Amino acid sequence: MSVLGPGLVPQPLAQLPWRVILLVLAIGTFGLVVLFSAAGGNLYPWAWNQGVKFVVFLGMAIALSRVPESWWALGTFPVYGVILLMLFGVELLGAVAGGSQRWLDLGFIRLQPSELMKPVIVLTMARFYEMLPAGEIRKFGALWPAAVLIGLPAGLVMLQPDLGTALMITGCGVIVMFLAGIPLRLFIGGALLLAVSAPLAVTFLLHDYQRNRVLIFMDPESDPLGTGYHISQSKIAIGSGGIFGKGFLNGTQSHLDYLPEGHTDFALATMMEEWGLLGGVALIIAFGLLIGWGVNVGLRAKTKFGRLTAGGLAGTIFLYASINMAMVMGLAPVVGVPLPLVSFGGSAVMTIMICLGILMSIDRGNRRVTRW
Amino acid sequence: MARITEASQAYSFSRRALLLGGGQAAVGLVLAGRMTWLAVFENEHYKLLAESNRVNMTLSPPRRGWIVDRNGVPIANNRTDFRVDLIPDRLVDRDRVLATLQQILSLTPEDMARIQTDLKRAAGFQPVAVKENLDWERFAAISVRLPELPGVAPTRGFARNYPLGAGVGHLVGYVGTASAEQYKKEKDPLLVTPGFKLGKDGLERAMEAELRGKAGAKRVEVTARGRLVRELETRPDVPGKNIKLTIDALLQEYVARRMGTNSGSAVVIDVANGDILSMVSVPSYDPNAFSDGISQSEWKILAEDDHVPLMNKVLQGLYPPGSTVKPMNGLALMQAGVDPHMRIQCSGAMRVGNGVFHCHKRGGHGPLDLRNAIMQSCDIYFYEMIRRVGYDAIAPVARALGLGQKFDLPFSSQRYGTVPDSEWKQRRYKTKWTVADSLNASIGQGYVLSNPLQLAVMASRIASGRALVPRLIAGTHMEPAAPLTATSEQLAIVRDAMFGVVNAGGTGGAARMLVPGVAMAAKTGTAQVRRITMAERRGGVLKNGQLPFKLRDHALLVCFAPADNPKYAAGIVLEHNGHTIRNLDTPLIGRDIMTFLFDRERAIKSLHEVEPTWGGDYTTRMKAQADAFKAAQSAPPPPAPEDAAGAVSNIASEAGNATTSNTIDPRAAERGSAEIEP
Repeated sequence: MSVLGPGLVPQPLAQLPWRVILLVLAIGTFGLVVLFSAAGGNLYPWAWNQGVKFVVFLGMAIALSRVPESWWALGTFPVYGVILLMLFGVELLGAVAGGSQRWLDLGFIRLQPSELMKPVIVLTMARFYEMLPAGEIRKFGALWPAAVLIGLPAGLVMLQPDLGTALMITGCGVIVMFLAGIPLRLFIGGALLLAVSAPLAVTFLLHDYQRNRVLIFMDPESDPLGTGYHISQSKIAIGSGGIFGKGFLNGTQSHLDYLPEGHTDFALATMMEEWGLLGGVALIIAFGLLIGWGVNVGLRAKTKFGRLTAGGLAGTIFLYASINMAMVMGLAPVVGVPLPLVSFGGSAVMTIMICLGILMSIDRGNRRVTRW
Repeated sequence: MARITEASQAYSFSRRALLLGGGQAAVGLVLAGRMTWLAVFENEHYKLLAESNRVNMTLSPPRRGWIVDRNGVPIANNRTDFRVDLIPDRLVDRDRVLATLQQILSLTPEDMARIQTDLKRAAGFQPVAVKENLDWERFAAISVRLPELPGVAPTRGFARNYPLGAGVGHLVGYVGTASAEQYKKEKDPLLVTPGFKLGKDGLERAMEAELRGKAGAKRVEVTARGRLVRELETRPDVPGKNIKLTIDALLQEYVARRMGTNSGSAVVIDVANGDILSMVSVPSYDPNAFSDGISQSEWKILAEDDHVPLMNKVLQGLYPPGSTVKPMNGLALMQAGVDPHMRIQCSGAMRVGNGVFHCHKRGGHGPLDLRNAIMQSCDIYFYEMIRRVGYDAIAPVARALGLGQKFDLPFSSQRYGTVPDSEWKQRRYKTKWTVADSLNASIGQGYVLSNPLQLAVMASRIASGRALVPRLIAGTHMEPAAPLTATSEQLAIVRDAMFGVVNAGGTGGAARMLVPGVAMAAKTGTAQVRRITMAERRGGVLKNGQLPFKLRDHALLVCFAPADNPKYAAGIVLEHNGHTIRNLDTPLIGRDIMTFLFDRERAIKSLHEVEPTWGGDYTTRMKAQADAFKAAQSAPPPPAPEDAAGAVSNIASEAGNATTSNTIDPRAAERGSAEIEP
C-alpha cells in the first residue's frame, strides 16, 4: 500500500488492519470449502448460505471497528442488562411453550442471547475491573461482584440446558479475572476444587444426556452405536485421513454419512479426513495467529478496559476453537461448541465477528494514539 | 508487599497476558499432538475402520462340483436358477413390497410367515430368500417392477440338478439349505447366503468338502444408511471339484427301471477291480424335489409308502441271505475237508434233537453231491454237512467272502449285519451255540444277516477268486485284491454249480441269458420273514400270494457272467417279493441286468416289453402316485419336518429296524424252521 501511495486508496480503507482481515478471510474461505465438500460437492445447502452470512458479519465487524473504544465502555452494563433480561425471557418462553428454547424470534432474526453473552461477559468483566480501584484487586470486593456477574448468565444458560455455552461464558469471565490480576492462588485453589467437585457435578447437576456424553467421553467404545458413535466416527475420520488426507471431496466418512454433524460441530473431522494432518495444523496455526494478534492488541492497549477486553476476547476465540477441537478428537466430552468460522451456523459467526470488531476497534484506538 | 497501582497493574497484565498466551500455545501444541497421534501413529488402525465402514461384502454361492459317472456322464450337475431375495436394509415399505411379491409370486401363507421370521433375524445386508426356482415369466415380472420394489433383489443363481431323478436318489443323496446347528458349527456366512445349499445325504453329504468350492464375493460401497453407492470389485466363485464315480449312469438307470414296482436293491460290481457299476435302491425319492425343498404332500407320499423309499436298502437294509450263501457254504465245506463228491440222502426232512428240519422240497431230493445240492438248493445236504463240521468252520469263510464286513464307502449310515458263530453268540446272548443254530445259519437264516452290497461282493469274490473290495469313487487307490484261500479246483466246482443253477436244470433256469456266448452263473435265494407253524405245515404252507405284503418272503439272487470268464457280478434283494410275478422276480431281473452289460439293445427291448405291465418307468409311476395322492387327499396333511435330512434318517432307521424284526426270530428258528423255494 505504501507503494501505491496514500492518494490512491481512500484513507479509511487503508487504515483497516488488512493482515487480520485476510487471515479471517482465509479461515472463513477454508471453512466454506469444507462445507462445500460436506454437502457432497455442493454449494447448497450450506456453503452458499454460510458465505453470505460470513460476508455480512465481516462487514458488520468492519463497521464495529469504527466505534470508538470509549463507547464500548459506556454501553457495556446496559447491554449486559438487556441480554440478561433476554436470557430470562428465553427461559420464561421455554417454560410457557414447554421444553427447552434457546432463541428469541425477533421476526427478522432468531437471536440467541447466550451467544451474545460470550463477548458481552468479557466487556462486562473488563468494565467492572476498570472501575474497580487498583488497590481493591486483592480484596473480596473484587471477587463477589464478578462471581455474580458471571454466575447469573451462566446459570441461566445452564438451565436451558446448554452446557457448552455455559462453560464458555464462565471461561471467558474467568480469563478476564485472571488478566485483571486476581491473586494466582485463587485460581490454583479453584482448579483443585474443580477437580474434586467435577465428579460430583457430573453426578448431580447434569442432565441425563449431558452426563451420558461425559461418561461416553471417558470410554467411547462402550457405546459405539449410541452417544459414543459421534466420537468414534470422528476419530476414524481424522485418523484415516493420515498426513496428507484423502483429497478434496474424497472423504468417505463424511460423504457416506458415517460422520454425524459433519458440517456443524464435527466440521474439523470432515476437513481433516480430506486435508489430513497438514490441514489440521494449518488451521491451528491460523487460529494461533488470530489469537496472538488479539493478545498483542491487548498488550498495546492504552486503557485498562482495552487491555482486559482485548485479552478476554482473544480468550473467547481460543476457548471456541480449542474446546471444539478437543471434543472432536476425543479429548473432551461432546458439549456442542462449534469450530469458529468453519462450522455451519450464523450465531457463532456473529459472535466471532463481534469479537473481531471490538478487537479491531481497540486496535484502531491504539494505532491512532501511536500515530499522533 | 508492594502497593498496587495502575502502573503495576499494567505490568501485571503484561505478565499474565504472556502467561495466558503461553498456556494457549501449549493447548495448541497438545491439540496438534493429538492430531498427529490420530493421523500418523493410529493411521493404519483408523484407515481399516473407515474401510470397514465404507465397504460391505456380499457373498455369492459357489457352483457345486459335478458328480459324473465313469464315462463323464453327469449324475449331478447345476442348472440356472432364477430366484428372488430381499435385502432388509434396502426395504422401504416392507408391507407393501411383501404384498406385491405375494401376489406376483403366489406365495403361500407359510412362505410369508417364513419370510417374516427370516427378516426379523437377518441383519442389514444379509439377504433373505423369498422364492427360488422361478419360471422365466415370474422372474421377468419381478424384474420389470423393480423400481417400485426397493429392497427386492432378483438373482440368477445355480441349482442342483439330477438328470436321472429318482434313479440316483439314494446314491447321491440331495442338497438343502444349512440348518441353524450347521451354521453355529461352521460360522461361515456362506451357509446363510440365500441360494447356498450343502449336501444333506448320500454322496452329496459325504463329499461335501470337495464339492462345495469357494464363494464368490462382491464388495460394494455403502452409506451409513445402507444405500449402495457403487460396486468396487467382484471376486468370482471357485467351483467345487468334480467327482468321478465308478458308476455307469446308463446301467444305473436301467437297473432302477428294471426293478419295476419292487421294494429292493441291486448292486453290480466289476469283477476286474471291484468298481461298483450300479447301486440302486427302489423305490426312491427324487433328489431334485428334495433339493428344492419338498412339499408336504410329497413328503407324506414318501413317509407313508410301505416300500420305504426313504431308506437306502443297499447299505441300510439287512436281510437273511437265504440260499444265496450255499455256494459259500460249499467252499467252506471243501476247505473243512468235505469231499464234494460225497452224497447225502435228502428225504425232505431231518430230525435234530426234538425239532424237525424240513427241506423246501416236500418229497426230498434223493441222494445229492455238493454240485447238485447247490443247483437244487437242497437244505438237507447243508444241514447234514454243516452239522458234521460245525458252523465255526463256515463263519470265517463267510467273512472272507464279505458277509458281515464293513466296506469303506462314502455314506454316513451303513449297516453291516452278522455272521454268527459260537463265540459271537456267547458274547451277545450269553448262551451256548446249538446244533439248531448251525442248521439255521447253514441255509442263511437264523442269526445271519447281510446287506445287499455284501451279497454282491460275495458274488464278485467267488467269481474272481480274489478278495475284491468295492469302490465307488473312481481313481481311489486300491491295493490289489488278495487271492482267496480256496483252491482253484474248489472254486471251479462252486462256479460250475452256479452255472448249473441257471443252465443245467437248477432252481434258476428262468435266468438263462439269450446273449450268444454269454452264460450266467447264479444262486437264487428266498428268505422267510415269518415262522411257519407245525399246524400250518400240516395243512399246507400258505402261498405268498395269499399273504399280506409284509409277510411275504424276500427274494434274493447273486450272480456273475460270463460264467466261464466272469466280468460282472451282481447281488439283488427284493423285499417281500414272494416270487409272485415272474417279470418282477429276481431271475428275470438278474438276467436283464446282466444282458444289459453285454447286449444293451436286447436288454432295452426286453424292458420296453415288460415295463408297461407295471405302469411305466419310475418317473411316470411317481407322478401317477402323486396325482392319485392329491386326488384322494381331503384332510390336511401333517406338517413336514423342519429338517428333511433328520427325518429321512429317522424313517430309514425305523424301516431298518422293521426289516430286522420282520426277519425270522432267532429264538423261534432254534425250534426248527426251513426255507421255502418255489
